[in-house]
Amino acid sequence: MKKMLTAAVSRVLSGVTQKLASRVLVASCKYSNNATFEIKKCDLYRLEEGPPVTTVLTREDGLKYYKMMQTIRRMELKADQLYKQKFIRGFCHLCDGQEACCVGLEAGINPTDHVITSYRAHGLSYTRGLTVRSILAELTGRRAGCAKGKGGSMHMYAKNFYGGNGIVGAQGPLGAGVALACKYKGNNEVCLTLYGDGAANQGQISEAYNMAALWNLPCIFICENNRYGMGTSVERAAASTDYYKRGNFIPGLRVDGMDILCVREATKFAADYCRSGKGPILMELLTYRYHGHSMSDPGISYRTREEIQSVRSKSDPIMLLKDKMVNNQLASVEELKEIDVEVRKEIDDAAQFAMTDPEPPLEELGHHIYSSNPPFDIRGANQWIKFQSIS
Amino acid sequence: MAVAAVLVRKPLEQVSGLLRRRFHRTAPAALQVTVREAINQGMDEELERDEKVFLLGEEVAQYDGAYKVSRGLWKKYGDKRIIDTPISEVSFPSGSRPWRGMSAGLRPICEFMTFNFSMQAIDQVINSAAKTYYMSGGLQSVPIVFRGPNGASAGVAAQHSQCFAAWYGHCPGLKVVSPWSSEDAKGLIKSAIRDNNPVVVLENELMYGVPFELPSEAQSKDFLIPIGKAKIERQGTHVTIVAHSRPVGHCLEAATVLSKEGIECEVINLRTIRPMDIETIEGSVMKTNHLVTVEGGWPQFGVGAEICARIMEGPAFNFLDAPAVRVTGADVPMPYAKILEDNSVPQVKDIIFAIKKTLNI
Repeated sequence: MKKMLTAAVSRVLSGVTQKLASRVLVASCKYSNNATFEIKKCDLYRLEEGPPVTTVLTREDGLKYYKMMQTIRRMELKADQLYKQKFIRGFCHLCDGQEACCVGLEAGINPTDHVITSYRAHGLSYTRGLTVRSILAELTGRRAGCAKGKGGSMHMYAKNFYGGNGIVGAQGPLGAGVALACKYKGNNEVCLTLYGDGAANQGQISEAYNMAALWNLPCIFICENNRYGMGTSVERAAASTDYYKRGNFIPGLRVDGMDILCVREATKFAADYCRSGKGPILMELLTYRYHGHSMSDPGISYRTREEIQSVRSKSDPIMLLKDKMVNNQLASVEELKEIDVEVRKEIDDAAQFAMTDPEPPLEELGHHIYSSNPPFDIRGANQWIKFQSIS
Repeated sequence: MAVAAVLVRKPLEQVSGLLRRRFHRTAPAALQVTVREAINQGMDEELERDEKVFLLGEEVAQYDGAYKVSRGLWKKYGDKRIIDTPISEVSFPSGSRPWRGMSAGLRPICEFMTFNFSMQAIDQVINSAAKTYYMSGGLQSVPIVFRGPNGASAGVAAQHSQCFAAWYGHCPGLKVVSPWSSEDAKGLIKSAIRDNNPVVVLENELMYGVPFELPSEAQSKDFLIPIGKAKIERQGTHVTIVAHSRPVGHCLEAATVLSKEGIECEVINLRTIRPMDIETIEGSVMKTNHLVTVEGGWPQFGVGAEICARIMEGPAFNFLDAPAVRVTGADVPMPYAKILEDNSVPQVKDIIFAIKKTLNI
C-alpha cells in the first residue's frame, strides 16, 4: 500500500521542474543512505595485507559513479557511431567494458593526484575533468576540442592528466617521471601510470619499475589486463600472465576490474601505500573491452562472440553497480533510468556540437611548436607557404 | 610422298611455332595487383624459395597482419616461419642476432607495425644491424629486412605519421628503399630479402590498397628490382621532378595537369633512398635544367635536401637554370584535424606551384 501510494505520488509529481522534489520525497520514503558490501579479496604479492574486503557505498557516491560510468559508456558508443559516419578519422580505441577502471581509479585518488595512460584514454579523459563536449569535439577534429583539434583520439590532456599516448608503453617511464616530480616537490601526491597487458612486455616498463623502486617513487603502476593486446591473447604474448607480480621487487595486487568498489578500495589502498613513502606499487585490473582493439578491428577474429556476450551478461560493470544499488535500496530502477535519459541527452547534445563546430583555422597549423617562444615562421609544403608559429 | 610431307611439315611446324610464340607474347599478361598483394607475393615467393627466410612482428601470423600484408602466410608456413611477437620492438632485431644470422644463415624479415614504433628499436637497427659488418672488419654480415608502413596515413595524428626516410637514409651500413607501385613493392622486397645487408623497406599504408598493372616480367618468381636504381616513370623536357613513395603518384598527376599547359615534366621515382641513384637525377637535370624534389617527410635534413646538395656537388649544377626547389611535409608534428592535416602534406597543387615557380611561369 505504501509502495503504491509512493509510486502514485511520484507519478503525479514527475516532470522536469518537480523531479528533484519527487526524488527527495521518494528518497525519504524508500532509500537507504548507504549500504555495506563485501568485495572480492585481491590476490597479493609481497604484501602482508591488502585492501579491505568490505566497503560502504553511499547513495550519493553510487549515483555519481553510475552516472559517470553510463556517461563513459554512451560516449564511447557515440564515438563508434561517429567513426562509422566518418566524423572521426584515423585511430579510435574505445574502452566500453572498462568503465569501472576509470571511475574506480578516480574515486580512489584526489584531483590533485596525477594520471597517465595509453591511447585507450577517452574514459580517463572524462574522469580527469574534460567535458564530453570537448572530448567528442577533439575526436571530430574541431576547434573546441580539448587539444584544439590538433591531437585527436590518442592525444587528450587535462590538468594532472598527461594523455593519451600513442606509442605502446611509452607512458611507463613518463609516469615514473611524474612520480619523481611528486617526490621532488614533497607534495604527497601520487601518479597512476596505466598500461595494458600488451604493453607489460615492453622493456621500458621494466625500466620504469626499476627506477621507481630504486628511488622510492610514489608511482602506482596499473596494468589494465583486458586479456588481449590487439589480436594477441595474453597467453601468446607473455611468459608470465601474473601481471601483478611482474614488478618483481615491487609489491602487487590483482583486482577485479569489473567491480567499481573493488577498484576504488584497491586504489585507496595503493595510494595510501605510496603516500606513506613505501615506494611504488603495482595493481593489475582484470577487465574486458567489448569493442575490438580499435575501430578497424572487428574484435572477433581472436575471440568468440560467446565470450564477449558472456562477459556482458555476467560482469558488466554498470550492471553490477546497478544491481548492488537497487538490491540494497540505494536507488530505484526508475531513478537510474532517469539518469540514463539525462546521460543520453547530454551525449546527443555533445555529439551534435562535435559534428557542427568548425574545424580549427588554417592559421593555427604552426602554433604550439615551442613553449614560451617569440613568434616565428614555419615552412609549409614548399618555401613559399609559411605559417606563423605562436606559443 | 613422304618427302613432300616432310617438306610441308617443317615449315608448318615453324609457322605454328611462330604463331604460338607470338600468341604468348601478345596475350594480355599484365595483371591488376595491389601494393599489399605485391608485397605479400614477394614475401611468399622468398619464403618458399629459401627456408632460412622467416617473418616476425606483431599480429603478422594469426591476425594476418595489422594491415593484412601477411595474409595467408601463417596458414601456409606455420608457427616456425611466421612468428607473432609480444609488443617488444627492441627485441625484434635482437631476436635475429647478427651472429645467429651469420652462423645459422637465417634471414629474418622484421615487420614494424608502423615505422613510428621502430624508434623503440632504432638503437638495434643502427648500432647492431647497420654498423656490425663494418665494425667486425667484414666478419659478421646482417642479412635482415625491416619493413612496415612509413610516413603519413589519414588522421592518425602526430605520433603515428612520421617519415623515417631521412633518419634511416642518414646511416652508412643500411640500405633504404621506398617503393611506390606494386612492381616496385614486389621487386624491392624480393631484392631486400636476398640482400646480405640490413635493408629498411619503407612502405606506405595509403598505397597498400592501390591497384597497379603488374607487367608480365614482374610476375616471375625471379623478378627483382635492383636496390640503388631509380626509375624514370615519365619522360619530359622542361623540369625534373624527383619523388619517392606515395608522392610519386602526386607528381604524375601534376605532370598530367601541366602537360595540358605545354609543360612536360620528367618524373623520377627514386625507389631507393640509400644508396641514392644520383646519376639518373643528374642525367635528367642536365636535360631539363630544372629540379623539383617532392617528399612526405619534414624539410630539414630531408631527402630533398640531400638531393639538392649532391646536385650542387656534381656535373648537373652547371646545367641548372634556376635553384632547385623542395616540396615537403610542413615543418610541424602532424595535426589531427582534417584541414590542418591536408595542409601538412604535399598536395598536387603545391607541386604544380613549385614547378611553375622554378620555371618562372
